[in-house]
Amino acid sequence: MLSKKVKSRIFILISSLTASAIIIFLVLRSLEENVVYFFSPSEIIKKSNISLNKKIRVGGLVKEGSIEKKEKNVNFIITDLKNEIFVSYAGLVPNLFSEGKGVIAEGKLKDKKYFLADKILAKHDENYMPPEVSDVLDKSD
Amino acid sequence: MFKNLLPNKILNINNNFFNHLIILVIFILFIGIIFGLFLSPPDYIQGDSVRIMYVHVPSSFIALGCFAFIGAVSILCLIFKIKFLPLVGKSLAPTGIIFTLVSIFTGSLWGKPTWGTWWVWDARLTSMVILLFFYLAYIFTWQFVSNFEKANKISSIIGIIGLLNLPVIKYSVEWWNTLHQPSSITLTSAPTIHHTMLLPLIIMLVGMLVYSFTIFLMKYKTELIKIKLKKNIK
Repeated sequence: MLSKKVKSRIFILISSLTASAIIIFLVLRSLEENVVYFFSPSEIIKKSNISLNKKIRVGGLVKEGSIEKKEKNVNFIITDLKNEIFVSYAGLVPNLFSEGKGVIAEGKLKDKKYFLADKILAKHDENYMPPEVSDVLDKSD
Repeated sequence: MFKNLLPNKILNINNNFFNHLIILVIFILFIGIIFGLFLSPPDYIQGDSVRIMYVHVPSSFIALGCFAFIGAVSILCLIFKIKFLPLVGKSLAPTGIIFTLVSIFTGSLWGKPTWGTWWVWDARLTSMVILLFFYLAYIFTWQFVSNFEKANKISSIIGIIGLLNLPVIKYSVEWWNTLHQPSSITLTSAPTIHHTMLLPLIIMLVGMLVYSFTIFLMKYKTELIKIKLKKNIK
């Protein structure tokens, strides 16, 4: 069977692996604020120490019927189906930016309900299907 | 499985076998490309850029898979002293790093028309770059540490630490808010990819897996021959 030397190597390896896994877990846990790419409207409302001068990102769905385009200005509402935040933006939006779809806005908060964006990214979900299938699904909704 | 990796078996593989494998790879990838580019439909929102996925997803899968093997080999290398085992890890690394690069590059290409940006530092993309660095460190160790035992030890430690990064990559899209979407294919639920799009994806994955396997075998055989030659000279 396994020699004493091999056994001790296995023991050292397992303990150092467990230790590093725990360390990584704790580090990622404490860095969570920095690891997340964006906050949802609900998270913004919950946060107490939010800075209005710091650049942050807000993400969620573009609320149906909320997009208003005036020349270069685009106003819309980001929702996570619980809370909402109003976004104001001037510039070009990605092609996939549309109502009911995922979006991430980068910019600064004016207050907890009003966001001034200087960059808009479209977030794609994990669903892939041909247009015909999507049409059929839309009709059955 | 390990019995098939024994040096004698590998050294006995003749080049005809490799040629057959390469023809098989070309055949599968050809069918995959026909399906991926012509027979499969465009996506309902992404349009034709969905076709990038047929290369991107298999590449990412192989990039992670190769490192999973490297990690497993590294653990065994530190516990047992098996002569030929380190060469297995060494031979897997080039394929792994190439597919990591392909994954990052095609992802970026897809990101521009879909997200509206080539690159962001979200958890998934960042952890993938970290994987790239682990591959680099692993390969450089074998390249520049001339003492075999020493190179084996250092590269194994790199392989094991890098192994811990794999679950972070895999679950990054679930643990944190990321720009990258969650997985469409999971073990627990039905895929959220329509079957007309799943088919080219699977064909491409099979083709690229056989390709990786072939390159690995060829590289591994070369490494074994190199070691044998060194011993003969001494």
